[in-house]
Amino acid sequence: MSIRARYRLDRGGFVLDVDLQMAGQGVTAVFGPSGSGKTTLLRLIAGLDRAPGYLEVNGEIWQDDTARLFLPTHKRALGYVFQEASLFAHLSARRNLEYGMKRVPSDERRVPMNRVLDLLGIGHLLDRMPESLSGGERQRVAIGRALLTSPRVLLMDEPLSALDLARKQEILPYLERLHDELEIPILYVSHAADEVARLADHIVALDGGRAVAEGPLADTLARLDLPIRLGDDVGVVLDARVGERDATWHLARVSFAGGTLWVRDTGLPAGHRVRIRILARDVSVALEHHVRTSILNLLPGTVEAIADESHPAVALVRVNVGGQPIVARVTRRSAAALGLTPGMPVWLQIKAVALIG
Amino acid sequence: MTPEDLLAVWLTLKLAGTTTLILLIVATPLAWWLARTRSLWKGPVAALVNLPLVLPPTVLGFYLLLVMGPHGPVGRFTETLGLGRLPFTFWGLVVGSVLFSLPFAVLPIQNAFAAMGERPMEVAATLRAGFRDRFFSVAVPLAKPGFLSAIVLAFAHTVGEFGVVLMLGGNIPGETQVVSVAIYNHVEAMDYGAAHLLAGGMVAFSFLVLLSLNLLARRRPA
Repeated sequence: MSIRARYRLDRGGFVLDVDLQMAGQGVTAVFGPSGSGKTTLLRLIAGLDRAPGYLEVNGEIWQDDTARLFLPTHKRALGYVFQEASLFAHLSARRNLEYGMKRVPSDERRVPMNRVLDLLGIGHLLDRMPESLSGGERQRVAIGRALLTSPRVLLMDEPLSALDLARKQEILPYLERLHDELEIPILYVSHAADEVARLADHIVALDGGRAVAEGPLADTLARLDLPIRLGDDVGVVLDARVGERDATWHLARVSFAGGTLWVRDTGLPAGHRVRIRILARDVSVALEHHVRTSILNLLPGTVEAIADESHPAVALVRVNVGGQPIVARVTRRSAAALGLTPGMPVWLQIKAVALIG
Repeated sequence: MTPEDLLAVWLTLKLAGTTTLILLIVATPLAWWLARTRSLWKGPVAALVNLPLVLPPTVLGFYLLLVMGPHGPVGRFTETLGLGRLPFTFWGLVVGSVLFSLPFAVLPIQNAFAAMGERPMEVAATLRAGFRDRFFSVAVPLAKPGFLSAIVLAFAHTVGEFGVVLMLGGNIPGETQVVSVAIYNHVEAMDYGAAHLLAGGMVAFSFLVLLSLNLLARRRPA
């Protein structure tokens, strides 16, 4: 189960040159700055644009120039969610949802309507016209419409970028449910690191039309040599599980492969699986175990690597905590003063941990 | 109104109806092509389509008369097909009217297709709709206001034409004598009363057409 996409496109000044092997399940984030070719890649996969290359989606070949094969978009079993909600203005939400479904032979429909309505919380919107829906509602209907074609792959082109923060927060949980409950691989184009951290299992980082990094999310984010500038968004994402909850201080303990962390109690029950994100700027490094400190989360680890950051004053330090890499951002001066070198035991002081999903 | 005048009114409506119907079939693909193409031919074709906007109708009528006449290429073609000659027949008028009103049908539809952008058709393609399917299920409904304008304008413009008819059709009652020509006849014969009746009717008709266009434009595009 995988998606193989190989393209070479030269469009006067912009060159896209990729050869990607992407996971055939879960969410793969296609990540990179604007102009890096993310949307172009997605449009090529959808057949909306054309460039010489090869495309295979979970065993089905959609484009192979050596065999002169190019399936037109409407013959590709894909779902596409565009940046702006693109509902048909002349059709009600219900008829929008049915538009693609009706065009798929009934024996190939694997995603039932009521499941989609339930998953996206749009059952009460069916008789409304698109113009009377909010931006978030429209985008949910558009996602549902794509899902109802029972696609082999769901392509999402920055589906949240046209929405304000509140609408984003409204939709993100629905996207997480898609991820958890449907077995449809999703290619998710985004330039927002927080969305990627929250939703993705795999990541393909594009820059200037080339894939500069690809792999599982946690491993890729922990790479210090990631050639895209994340700035304040550098950090790691860890899978964890909620443990005990401390009612007095409103804290919850979450455990991950390398240890445990105290986080703000968000009401999740014990045993619940969560994803946590630790930004490098929230992690500092100490040589000793400070007891008298306001910082709750102190973890022992071993320095694995030190790398330059984009700003010359700053360095990134990757520390192995019980097999799990965590990245800290320190000044080069501090790194030198502490004499940090690979193999050295250190204590990480983690100031903030974000529970995401 | 004399039976002859009634016949002229009926003929005018028949001509305008037939012309509008044919125009919808001809103008829709033309409008789509003009709205979408990046071909170098776009400029020349658009200019050709819009030529009747600036040409005196007599010029168009004159050339059509030559082309469709016994020595013209179209004339010889229709004769070998056994259809006879088109000038001075109802169908000759239809051909002239279609060409004369072409820009009035093409422009509103073309604008509606252009305003729609590429996105709706792309979305429909990702929802498994082939070209013909998505054209009729998405592009045409979204361009509905353009189609309505095109119908009203093409019909009204055909009702109002005079020069092309006179050059190409002459003045045969029941065959080519339309209202505008009948009015001309009444005035020539100094029968102002009969002219008033028809002319007043045309004024009222034109007013209603423009009023309905205005209402159409004010309604939000569906």
